[in-house]
Amino acid sequence: MEISLASVFVLAINAVLVENLCLVKFLGICPFLGVSKKTDTAIGMGLAVTFIMTLSSFITWLVYHLILVPAKLEYLRTIAFILVIAALVQFVETALKKLVPSLYSALGIYLPLITTNCAVLGIAITNITENYGLVFSILNGMFCALGFTLAIWIFACVRERIEHCDIPKPFQGFPIALITAALLSFAFMGFSGMEF
Amino acid sequence: MPKVSNEAKINIAQFFRNGIIENNPTFVQLLGMCPTLATSTSLLNALGMGAAATFVLICSNLAISLLRKLIPQKIRIAAYIVIIAGFVTMIDLLMQAFVPALSNSLGLFIPLIVVNCIILARAESFASKNRPLPSALDGLTMGIGFTIALSCVAAVREILGSGTLLGFELFGGTAPLSIFALPAGGFLVLGFFIALVQFLKSRKGGTK
Repeated sequence: MEISLASVFVLAINAVLVENLCLVKFLGICPFLGVSKKTDTAIGMGLAVTFIMTLSSFITWLVYHLILVPAKLEYLRTIAFILVIAALVQFVETALKKLVPSLYSALGIYLPLITTNCAVLGIAITNITENYGLVFSILNGMFCALGFTLAIWIFACVRERIEHCDIPKPFQGFPIALITAALLSFAFMGFSGMEF
Repeated sequence: MPKVSNEAKINIAQFFRNGIIENNPTFVQLLGMCPTLATSTSLLNALGMGAAATFVLICSNLAISLLRKLIPQKIRIAAYIVIIAGFVTMIDLLMQAFVPALSNSLGLFIPLIVVNCIILARAESFASKNRPLPSALDGLTMGIGFTIALSCVAAVREILGSGTLLGFELFGGTAPLSIFALPAGGFLVLGFFIALVQFLKSRKGGTK
C-alpha cells in the first residue's frame, strides 16, 4: 500500500471507528471489562496498550520479515510473536522503572497484564496476514490501540454512572457491564456504513 | 480394592461437575471472553473453537504437569506460554490441513488460543501442582465446560441472528432478529446468560 496522507487517514478512521478493536473485532475484551470501573484506570490501561502495541507492531514485523521469512520458519509465527511480546513487556517495564519512574508509576500495574492481552498478538498477526509494510504496521498498531483507548474510556465513563443505579440483583456486576458494552457496540455500528 | 475404584469414580464425577457447572470457565469464572464473543456467531464455529481449545487444554495441562518439577519457579509463566503456543501451532496447522473451511471462518482466533486466559489459568492453578492424569482430566472437563458455554451462546445467536441451527433453516430462510449475529448481539446474549447463572446461583444459595 502506498503511504500518503489520504491512505493514512483512511487507516485511522477504519481502525478507530469502523473496525473498533473491542466493540467490533472482539479483541482485548478482558482488560476492556476488567479495568474499566474508573476512568483514570481505563485511560492508564489504554495508554499502556497504545505504547506496547505500537512497539510490538514494529518489532514483530521486523522479526517476521527479517528472521522467520528468510529462515522459512513462518509456521513458528505464533510462538515467536508471543515470546517477543512477553519479552518486550518485561523490557519496557524494567526500562520505565529505571528511566521514567513517573510514567512507570502511572502505567506500571497495567504492563504485566498486557502480555496476555489478545489484542496485541491479534494485531501483530493481522499486520502480517494483511501484508502491511513496516510503516503501515506501526500506524495500524497505534490507531487500533487508540480505538481501544477510546472505547475503554467511553465505557468507563458510562460504568461510573451505572454504579449509582438500582440494578436488578442478577444483573449486578458483569452482566450489566456486558449489556452496556452491547449498547456501545450498537452505537459504533453506525460507523460501519462508512466504507472507504 | 473396590473401595479405591469407587473413590476414583467419585473423583471423576466431581471433576466433571466442577468443570461444567460449579466452576464453568466462561459463565462462573468469567475467563476467555474474547473467543466466547467472537466465535459464537454460529454453533458450528463454537463447536470447532471448543474442540480446538479443549485439545490445547488437555495437551498443555498434561505437558506442564509432567514438567512441573523441571520448570524453574521464576520463569514458569514464560515456559507455560511456550508450551501452550507449541500446541496451538499444532492445532492451527492440523485445522488448516483437514478442516480448511472451519479454519477460515475462525481465522485469527485459532492462533489467539495462546492468550486464552482459561488455558493459562488452568496451567497455573491446577497443572503446576497436580499429577499428570488428574491434570489431563481437568483440561478435558474445563474444555467441555468452555465448549458447552460457547455452544449455548452460539445456539441462541444463530437461531435469532440468522434463523438457522447448524446450517439448517428454521424459519423458511428469514432471520428473525439479525442484530444477534452482529457484535452487539454477542455482548447482549452473553450478558443475559451470565445474569441467568447469577440468578440461579443466588436462588440456590437462598434455599439453603
